[in-house]
Amino acid sequence: MIELTHDPIDYTQLTERVRSDQAGAVVLFLGTVREMTGSRQTLALDYDAYPEMALAQMQRLVEDIQQRWPVTGVAISHRLGHLELGDISVAAAVSSPHRAQAFEAGRFLIDELKVRVPIWKKENWADGSTEWVHPGVPSTAPAEQE
Amino acid sequence: MNVTVRLFARARELAGQSEVCVNVPEGLTVAELRHRLGQTCPELKSLLPHLMFAVDNEYVSEARCLGPTVEVAAFPPVSGG
Repeated sequence: MIELTHDPIDYTQLTERVRSDQAGAVVLFLGTVREMTGSRQTLALDYDAYPEMALAQMQRLVEDIQQRWPVTGVAISHRLGHLELGDISVAAAVSSPHRAQAFEAGRFLIDELKVRVPIWKKENWADGSTEWVHPGVPSTAPAEQE
Repeated sequence: MNVTVRLFARARELAGQSEVCVNVPEGLTVAELRHRLGQTCPELKSLLPHLMFAVDNEYVSEARCLGPTVEVAAFPPVSGG
């Protein structure tokens, strides 16, 4: 089960999707809007996506996981739009017969999602400024200062 | 031929539009498209070296020839999660 949603994520329901009597272990990851990044204060985040490609890449990620680990179930829900502090931006659940596989697959899932899936967050800082987060790209490019 | 380049996140914000039409010869590589995108849309200059390109929902390399493709996506590094 894979989805992009503008609504709050029901992570209980998402977790139930991967639970079964064949799975002795269920691991759930919840990405949550955090207030402090170092000394900078966040008020809110705005998430945007390239939806068709994001869904395709999430599906690919699930298939990669199914090839690498004997998982019983995988579910991902990523929220888009305006999120306040404490809101859940992403929920990823993995189940497997034994816990080691579920922890490994769950870690791989969220790590890869963050580098592969075309979704972006924009910081709304407490000082009133906003800034798209693009890892490896200078936060304020010279052309924007001109 | 005309290629429609869909832009996202800071690329869309800098360009002031969600897509840009770039006129290119058929068989152009992604590397050449990157260069032409900068000419068509100079506002993207600072971001140009960082842009990733995708065709049919897949990332494409610099050497990839675009062939008769008419829609390409260009965006800076992702930050979901």
